[in-house]
Amino acid sequence: MNLKRFNWEPYLLLLPSILYLALFFAWPMVQSFGLAFRTDDGQLTLAHMQRMFNDVGFTKALRNTVMLIIAIVPLQFILALIMALLMMERLRGSDMLVYIYSIPLAISDLAAGIIWFSIFTERGYLNSFLYSLGVIDKPFLFLNYQTKWPLVAIVLAEVWRATSIVFVVLVAGLQSIPRDYVEAAEVFGAGWFARVWRVILPLLRPSIQTALILRTILAVQVFAVVSAIAGRGMTVLANEAYLWYREYRNPHLAATYAMFILTISLITAFIYLRALRTKEEMIL
Amino acid sequence: MAEIQVKSVRKTFGKVKAVWDVDLTVHDREFVVLLGPSGCGKTTLLRCIAGLERVDQGHIYIGQRNVTDLPPKRRQIAMVFQNYAVFPHLTVFENVAFGLRMQHKPKDEVKKRVQAAAELLHIEELLDRYPAQLSGGQRQRVAVARAIAIDALVLLMDEPLSNLDALLRLEMRAELKRLLQEIEATTLYVTHDQVEALSLGDRIAVMRSGQILQYDTPLNVYDKPANLFIGGFIGNPPMNFLDGEVRTEDGQVVVHTGGGDIYPPSDVGAMLSRLKEPSVLVGIRAENIETLPAPTKGALQAEVLVVEPLGSHNLITMQLGPEQVKVNTSADFKAQPGQALWLRLNIDKICWIEKATGRAMYPD
Amino acid sequence: MKQKTFSRRLIGRVLAYLLAILIALWILIPIYFITVAAFSPKDVIYSWPKSLLPQTISLETLLFFINAQYVLDSLWNSVKVALLTLVISLVIGAPAGYALARYIFPGKDVYRIMILSTRAFPIVILSIPLAVTFMQWDLYDKLISVALLHVAMALPTTILVTSSVFMGVSKELEEAATVFGCNRIQAFTRVALPLALPGLAASAIFTFVLSWNEVFAATILTIQNRTLPARMFVQLAASPIPFRFAGGFFILVPAVVFMFFIRRYLFSLWGITLK
Repeated sequence: MNLKRFNWEPYLLLLPSILYLALFFAWPMVQSFGLAFRTDDGQLTLAHMQRMFNDVGFTKALRNTVMLIIAIVPLQFILALIMALLMMERLRGSDMLVYIYSIPLAISDLAAGIIWFSIFTERGYLNSFLYSLGVIDKPFLFLNYQTKWPLVAIVLAEVWRATSIVFVVLVAGLQSIPRDYVEAAEVFGAGWFARVWRVILPLLRPSIQTALILRTILAVQVFAVVSAIAGRGMTVLANEAYLWYREYRNPHLAATYAMFILTISLITAFIYLRALRTKEEMIL
Repeated sequence: MAEIQVKSVRKTFGKVKAVWDVDLTVHDREFVVLLGPSGCGKTTLLRCIAGLERVDQGHIYIGQRNVTDLPPKRRQIAMVFQNYAVFPHLTVFENVAFGLRMQHKPKDEVKKRVQAAAELLHIEELLDRYPAQLSGGQRQRVAVARAIAIDALVLLMDEPLSNLDALLRLEMRAELKRLLQEIEATTLYVTHDQVEALSLGDRIAVMRSGQILQYDTPLNVYDKPANLFIGGFIGNPPMNFLDGEVRTEDGQVVVHTGGGDIYPPSDVGAMLSRLKEPSVLVGIRAENIETLPAPTKGALQAEVLVVEPLGSHNLITMQLGPEQVKVNTSADFKAQPGQALWLRLNIDKICWIEKATGRAMYPD
Repeated sequence: MKQKTFSRRLIGRVLAYLLAILIALWILIPIYFITVAAFSPKDVIYSWPKSLLPQTISLETLLFFINAQYVLDSLWNSVKVALLTLVISLVIGAPAGYALARYIFPGKDVYRIMILSTRAFPIVILSIPLAVTFMQWDLYDKLISVALLHVAMALPTTILVTSSVFMGVSKELEEAATVFGCNRIQAFTRVALPLALPGLAASAIFTFVLSWNEVFAATILTIQNRTLPARMFVQLAASPIPFRFAGGFFILVPAVVFMFFIRRYLFSLWGITLK
């Protein structure tokens, strides 16, 4: 290659981003690893990890996080899929609908938590509504952490807030499917359900995969919603990380929790990449 | 205006030799067309001359100046792009004025030149509009106006008509020719449409696989193609080619084809007899074959396969021995599939191809 | 037979509309509630049962919120951080996006994949070590450090988005500019940039919203100079309910409003076409 003619322009343009991400992304990652697996003196150790696993908070947090994910993600997917398919129906005012359906994207998880708190709280809107229907004559204590209700409230809040993320990915994917395929299916006798199940969903697989991975990784980090609705009554993994850093002043344990979250994220991403591949073979 | 000189230029993209050892001279005020199929390197060559691509080897001169290492803006060129590249965020006026503004020309001169260019292209009334409000044909005119508004030494055009619909293309072709004759621009024009090339160019450079195969006037390229490829590429329908064996019988050179014998004129015969291998291809165009309804001496017998009435003439596909040929006849020539007809080839218009090399042979 | 399918279709259509509206209501009603709550006087907030339609509209709660200690500061901090994030990520990200859109070069795919894969890494994992590091560098509890982390979060998306914005501007236009007298930089500023501006602006605003909403990193990295979500979070248990409602409303409103203005560009960026 003629070195004199070597074009350095693109590399120059990329350089700031590479440097920045190396400094503020790659390096903290390494640091995180270091914090989790080293003592203050710099010796390699598994002590932090062991401590985390034995921590009472860990079991609770893990259980809560997993329960939330299992409840939230499938629900979101079904809802998002319905919303996306509705977009396909070319209803009047679809433009407005697309905007409304994507409003929650702009909503912070803290704000969403506060909003649903206002609904589920003792003197909140849900109780008021139930009272107006005559179902109850006294406010029902939903956010009693001894019941399952806070969980329900959190699930609803997250489904409400984050379905838009999945929705947007699915709609974009849906729109990139050429109409020809669907119309051909219709011509050859496929009813609505058959068209969705046999043509659209298989072709939507890449989008579904992307959305699932994205959503799950975000879900593992669930944080402010839980605090806003359940206060101290319920903890999740990200919350434990926060507590260990802020209140117990132990960055090692905080980093260990962070590493654990990372591991779960990577594992789920891996699982989805595998699972959706086989699923495709089954559909076809 | 000035001359373009391309010397031994090479340009590769990875492993692909887009332009390979190309020499080309476009004289002052000449209109040269680069013609060839997709991927032949014509656009790459044009872009190298424009400075949009850096050549790997060789030199380019515009107006006696070595511009090989200069960026486009220093080469004093103007260019019309295939998709027009009319700036959507500027008015038509500002688009046409763009080159002039970059040259920091004074306001009234800009106005004068833009107006003149707009008039030449008949877009004076569109000057305040934005490109989004214009049709494709109008945008194309804006692109041309922008190019002629500046004092460029040469005008480069990259398939400017290919995105227009057929009717518009025809109109614009004539208009373009008239316009460019009027402003006497040195023009290099790229196209894959051989009709366009024949109609517009003073000279045509036929390209294939990165090289120029023939560089000559349209008439010569049409009548005396340099090789098999060019003969088949130019002309609609493409040139017919018959397999032939050269023999000398009774002191006379005769070419045996599947459909009959052909007797070349003496100078051609002498040339053919000197061939190392006696296999040739007899190239003859559809309009140079006379169709006779009755057996005639010297004519070859053929059978009608398909008759296509094209309005101004008929295009008849015939079986001549083992091969098929296409023949033009007048519109009222009656023929039926299966009918036998006699074909008389115009000997002087035959293009003799040496089968081994594909090159055309012409007597000195 | 025709009639049967027609009425079936009609029912299907009606159902579709109903469903669409129901879901829209499901999204809008909670927003409605928090708005009503924010504009209710304190006693209404504490009262029960609440009427679902506002009886009294009052600025009492909102004013109480704004005038509370540090709230105005934290609002202003949020704005500062979000603006910093927006500017830095655009300044670093847009050139990279341009490079991805315009050039072919060895390592392009590797770079791309690296950028895409950053999405898999949770932000949690960055904030804790960065908090430790910033303390060492005496950058702790400074707004700039929150912005720096937010930029790290937003940069990959900014790069990918600006890349697709620039790809939407035909390269021919910049080439034409160079033919007619521009050098590369002029071609960029006079032709590519004006045409890319709407997309870039939409991307910038989306980055702003992301930074505005972010809670975890902001809480970890600051003590005194908190952003609004960080302050709200830390005080959550201790704040009276009207305070929380007002705070939620304040976090919500700018984000939703901004999104409204850029919705068209966002949708085209994500590949969604509106009819």
